[in-house]
Amino acid sequence: MRRILFESLLRRPLTEPAPALDDPELRALASEMKTRIDAFFGGSLSIRMVDAGSCNGCELEIHALNNPYYDLERFGLKFVASPRHADVLLVTGPVTCNMREALRRTFDATPSPKWVVTAGDCALKGGVFAGSPAIVGGVNEVVPVDLHIPGCPPTPTQLLKGLLALTRGPRGSSPSG
Amino acid sequence: MTIAESFDALDPVADCRPWPRRAVDAAMWSALAESLADGARTLLGLWGDQSSVHMALLGGTSSVAIASLDCVDGGFPSVAAHHPPAARFERAIRDLFGHRPIGAPDERPWLDHGRWPDSAERAAQPYAFLPAIGEGLHQIPVGPVHAGIIEPGHFRFTANGETIVRLEARLGYVHKGVEGLMAGSPLARAAKLAGRCSGDSSVAYSYAFARAVEAALGVEIPERAIWLRALMAELERLANHLGDIGAICNDAAFALMLAHCSALREQVLRANAACFGHRLMMDAIVPGGVAVDLDARGPHILRDLVAKIRKAFPRLVELYDNTASLQDRTVAAGRLDPGLAARFGCGGFIGRASGRAFDARRILAFAPYDHLEFEVPVLTEGDVDARVWVRIREVEQSLGLIEQILVRLPAGDSSTSIGEGSGEGMAIVEGFRGDILVWLRLRDSVVERCHLRDPSWLQWPLLEAAIEGNIVADFPLCNKSFNCSYSGHDL
Repeated sequence: MRRILFESLLRRPLTEPAPALDDPELRALASEMKTRIDAFFGGSLSIRMVDAGSCNGCELEIHALNNPYYDLERFGLKFVASPRHADVLLVTGPVTCNMREALRRTFDATPSPKWVVTAGDCALKGGVFAGSPAIVGGVNEVVPVDLHIPGCPPTPTQLLKGLLALTRGPRGSSPSG
Repeated sequence: MTIAESFDALDPVADCRPWPRRAVDAAMWSALAESLADGARTLLGLWGDQSSVHMALLGGTSSVAIASLDCVDGGFPSVAAHHPPAARFERAIRDLFGHRPIGAPDERPWLDHGRWPDSAERAAQPYAFLPAIGEGLHQIPVGPVHAGIIEPGHFRFTANGETIVRLEARLGYVHKGVEGLMAGSPLARAAKLAGRCSGDSSVAYSYAFARAVEAALGVEIPERAIWLRALMAELERLANHLGDIGAICNDAAFALMLAHCSALREQVLRANAACFGHRLMMDAIVPGGVAVDLDARGPHILRDLVAKIRKAFPRLVELYDNTASLQDRTVAAGRLDPGLAARFGCGGFIGRASGRAFDARRILAFAPYDHLEFEVPVLTEGDVDARVWVRIREVEQSLGLIEQILVRLPAGDSSTSIGEGSGEGMAIVEGFRGDILVWLRLRDSVVERCHLRDPSWLQWPLLEAAIEGNIVADFPLCNKSFNCSYSGHDL
C-alpha cells in the first residue's frame, strides 16, 4: 500500500479540468437558477439521486462522476444519502408506475428550496420505453423538472456540464416546491 | 424409462433453433419439475406466452431443451411446488399473462404492485412479507429508494440486535414492460430495447438477442462480426468487474481500491468510446453482425489499454490480498452454500464462487469461444472474498481473451443482411453477471413474443440465504458482492 500511496503523491493527478459550458440551451436554462442557488447555498449543492426506472446505464455514468477523472466534489457538488439532506434531486428513468409514489414521496421529503434535474432520454418522455402501460412516461408528469440532461446514457462530461451549469451559469429564478 | 427421461425422445414441435422445443402434457411437466428438484436437470428459465408456459432446461452438462405446456382453464401445474427456484418466475407469469400456477407454494403477486392500469385486484392488497417470529426480533424496512447511487428495490430485514435472521426482497419497482413493448416491434426497435434491459450488460443482452434472431431466421453472420462481438463482451466484463472489485472494497470502507479500480474502469470505457463510439457500447451489436466496425486505430488503443491494466492491476490485487482489515470484512461474510447455488442453477461469479463451474462460454461453447483459450475460475468458499477473487481471475482471463481476439480477428465484412422471415430461436450468452437467456418467436421479421431472462432471477433469492446470520451493517458489502440487476430482473 505504501508504494501505491507514494507513487500517487509523485504522479500528476488523473483529474481533468472542468468542461466548458458551451451549450447555449443549457446555459440559458441554468442561468435562471444561478442567482437563487448562490444566495441559498453559496454555490455548493447536495444531490440526491433517484432511479425511477432506468436501465441502470445512467447510474453507471453518474457513478463515474465520482471517479478520479471527474471528481465531482471539487466543484462543491456531492451525492447525499437522504432527500432530507438534498438541494437537488437527480432523477433517471421513465418513471415506472411502481416507482411513481416513491419518487413523489422523495420529492416531498426534500426541503425547499429544491431543484429537480433529470438525466437520460427516457426521463424526458419515456424514451425507448414510451408507450408501455407500465410507465408514467416522463419525470415531469410526477414532479416539476428544472433541468434536463439528454443522452442514452449521458456521458459523465454531459452530466458534469449540466450539474455545473446549476452553480456556474450567469442569472436566476425560483426553485420548485 | 421414466416419464422425465422420455422427454428427450419426444419430437420437437416447432422449428426452434438451435435447441429443440417439445410440447408436453401436465404429467410430464410435473415429472420434469421433479427432475429439477432431484438435480437431474437445471432450470434455465420459465416464462409465459399467450396461452402456454415454456420452461428451458439444462440436462446433463450441456444439453438444452424447452418444454411447453398449454394452459388448460388458465392454469398450469406449479413447478415451484417441487422446485422452489421456480417460484418468482411463476408469480411473474401470473402477473403478466394471468396463467395461474396450480398448487404454487407462494400465491403473492411479484411484478404487479397494484399500480398498473390493468393491475390485478389481488395486487392492490398490502404486500404480505413472510413472517419471522421470536423474542426480541425487530424489522428494518429499506427502500425502494436507497442511500447510494443504486437501483430501487425494497429489502425487509428482520434482525435480532445486529444479526439478520431473515431478509426478504421485494422487487419489481423498475418494471417497464420491456417484453410487452417487444411484442409487435420490428427487429431494429426490439434490438434497442434488448440493449436497455440492464445497462451494465447492454452488450451481452444485444449479443444474446442478435444470436436468437439469427438462430430463428437461420442467418450466418460474417466471421469478423463473431469475433468483434466477443471482443465487446470481454470489454464489458472487464469494465464491470473492475468497477465491482473497487465498489466492494469501498463498501468495506477501503476507498483507495475504489479510486484505483474506478480509474481503470474509466480507461476501459474511454477505449470503448474510441473504438465503438459509445462508452457502454450500446446498440453496437445488431442482428446480422455489428453496427460499428473496429478501425485501424482500434487494435492499438485496445493493446495499449490491456498493457496499462496488466501493469496496474496486479498491484491492486496484492493490496487487496495484503490488507488484513479489508480481508477481515470480506472473508467468511455472506457465505452462499454450494448446494444452494447448484440447486438454483446460479450462474456468474456468484455460482462460480460457490463451486458451480458453469460458464456459457465454456459449457455451451458458442463461437468464437470454442476457438479461444481461457480458464473458468471456480472457488468453493462462497463468501464475499471468493466472489472478489473470481472477479479478479476473470479480469485476468478477459485481458488474455482480448489479446487473443486482436491477434486472430479476421478481415472482411462486419455485418450481413438478415432478410425477412419467421421462426423461433433461443440464445444463451455469458454476460459479466452470468448467463443471459433470450428466446423469441418472429413472424415476418416482427417480434411476436420475446423473453429475456436475466441471471439475477436465480441469484436474488440466494442473497436472502447468504445474508442470514450476518450483521445488518454487512448487507451493503454482501449485496455489492452479488451485484444483481434490478432492471434486468424487473424488465
